[in-house]
Amino acid sequence: MSILVNKKSKILVQGFTGTEGTFHATQMIEYGTNVVGGVTPGKGGSKHLDRPVFNSVAEAVKQTGADVSIIFVPPAFASDAIMEATDSGIGLIVCITEGIPVQDMVKAKAFMSASKSRLIGPNCPGVITSDECKVGIMPGFIFKRGRIGVVSKSGTLTYEAADQVAKAGLGVSTAVGIGGDPIIGTTTKEALEMFMNDPETDGVVVIGEIGGGMEAEAARWYKDNKKKPVVGFIAGQTAPPGRRMGHAGAIIGGADDTAAAKMKIMKECGITVVSSPADIGKSMAEVIGKK
Amino acid sequence: MNLHEYQAKELLKRYNVPVQEGIPVDTPQAAEEAYKNLKVQFGNSFAVVKAQIHAGGRGKGKIRGTEQRGVAVGKSSEQIKEIAGNILGGTLVTIQTGEAGKLVNKVLVAQDVYYQGPNPVKEFYLSILLDRTKACNVIMYSTEGGMDIEEVAHKTPDKIFKEWVHPSGMLQPFQARKIAFNLGLSGEAFKNCVKFVMNLYSAYVALDCSMLEINPLFKTADEKILAVDCKMNLDDNALMRHADLEALRDVSEEDPTEVQAAKFNLNFVKLDGNVGCMVNGAGLAMATMDMIKLNGGEPANFLDVGGTANAQTVEAGFRIILKDPKVKAILINIFGGIVRCDRVAQGVIDAYKNIGNINVPIIVRLQGTNAEEAKKLIEESGLKVQSAILLSEAAALVNKAVSQN
Repeated sequence: MSILVNKKSKILVQGFTGTEGTFHATQMIEYGTNVVGGVTPGKGGSKHLDRPVFNSVAEAVKQTGADVSIIFVPPAFASDAIMEATDSGIGLIVCITEGIPVQDMVKAKAFMSASKSRLIGPNCPGVITSDECKVGIMPGFIFKRGRIGVVSKSGTLTYEAADQVAKAGLGVSTAVGIGGDPIIGTTTKEALEMFMNDPETDGVVVIGEIGGGMEAEAARWYKDNKKKPVVGFIAGQTAPPGRRMGHAGAIIGGADDTAAAKMKIMKECGITVVSSPADIGKSMAEVIGKK
Repeated sequence: MNLHEYQAKELLKRYNVPVQEGIPVDTPQAAEEAYKNLKVQFGNSFAVVKAQIHAGGRGKGKIRGTEQRGVAVGKSSEQIKEIAGNILGGTLVTIQTGEAGKLVNKVLVAQDVYYQGPNPVKEFYLSILLDRTKACNVIMYSTEGGMDIEEVAHKTPDKIFKEWVHPSGMLQPFQARKIAFNLGLSGEAFKNCVKFVMNLYSAYVALDCSMLEINPLFKTADEKILAVDCKMNLDDNALMRHADLEALRDVSEEDPTEVQAAKFNLNFVKLDGNVGCMVNGAGLAMATMDMIKLNGGEPANFLDVGGTANAQTVEAGFRIILKDPKVKAILINIFGGIVRCDRVAQGVIDAYKNIGNINVPIIVRLQGTNAEEAKKLIEESGLKVQSAILLSEAAALVNKAVSQN
């Protein structure tokens, strides 16, 4: 089971033949992911990494039955790639691309609202179900198979959390990097909800950061749906207001955007919040032990 | 990217958004000339001198060491010249600049909009920004113009209106009419306001703004609607398709080390602490800063070396951090995903050798892709660096380094 992806998922790579696409598709295949082909407009009919290349997502879906797509298309064309995948009926679209203009994402998200497709990202490391399927750019070896779900706005903090969870004697069911942009497809709350309903997940690590209201939304939802323990961390406790901290969405605009405000709400809603990123794994082991 | 008021107004005019007219100048003499031109053009002997800096609160702020305000009215060419002379080259300290203030290189000599006419003048507030939760743009406006809008929102939330724009299309005329009605306008002013708002929204979208604030949005005594002040932020991600806008960047408004870092594609934000850090990934970089603080230090910077870090960019990052004399220790925290740890290690080694004598302790924590190769590289280099594998170990080393200094 786990969530979003598993060994049955058929993965399509958009931007397959580019440098990033080639590098990460190779890694995904080595991990055991079922990559069924790729899309690079103009290169249809050729082969890349022993897999067919198609001119369009629609054609690729028709030929391969792909149900998941991962996007490595440059920022200027990425929103178009998301909409193309949506239009072709791809169920899960994972967009890795960083630097997509926010107005492009406004349009893409509106385009998707009438569809059944789910978007993860953009500006994210992707999704991994340990030992089954890697649809992303994370180093696979860190993710030890287990029963802890991870949802995070940050790529490297996801790896950090997975590593700590493993060192604490636990493992990861699925890790979802939801991305650090102001507009993203899947929210913290949606990912948390999927984990709460996943029989293969016993506890969840929620990693957020300054900016936006997603962590608060997830915490409020959790308050009434507390099936499994949750450990939370918010990056940016020392970030100055008004400055963009790397991620386009990581900026303190008002009082609700601060790490302190988010940590307070999460605590009030029953989440175990750690102040230090070094304590994520340890804390998870403690709350799981208490069960 | 932030723009100056005068730049933003020039851009708005391209989209037929009426603005308070003005002429940007950088000398008192040119200010005098500008005043004379405005006087001929508008037949008004009043004009206003406005300091051009990337910060608000200019009207209440003062030039350091003087009583000169950052925005001041004059009614003769001598007065305008004097005010411009007081402001230009001075450091303007406002509630938003902090104690350091901002050097003023340019002033905008602008028309006086409070001229007499058949009706009273009015000041409103209007801004366009992204509503992250609804994933669409929102127009926020209020009858209470010219004031700090956060204060208005706090004290009288009922005086703030919001109009969401459907993400798949443009602002609709009925929405612009609703805004003009809610602002209490009628007759010519109403019509002018509808046009103003429609054109302003077009400008917001076409220029890929991330925030556009008109405060005050002004109704003149003869029913014109003007942007008297304009704060415009552009979406950095969209600058790739606006080469002309990128050219408007005023690097003198930005921290010089941040400008230098940007040349190497490093994401750097200067802070005030004593422990420098170099991290891959924005989230981990913020988390590392937090950890420094929890262990008795203060972060000296935010630095994300990104997903494509190589020896050259890492060396650049190293040099940038070392420029800050307050830095007492440096923590390099890399969790390799795309970025390979051995590349980072090579960067550290090269920088160390190239820079020569580094007198602050360096703590290197490398984990993830090619971490073993990286460790080997560092060990074989003979560098005096303290290495850690776990984040908690790195934290302890930071604590030790800080307490020793």
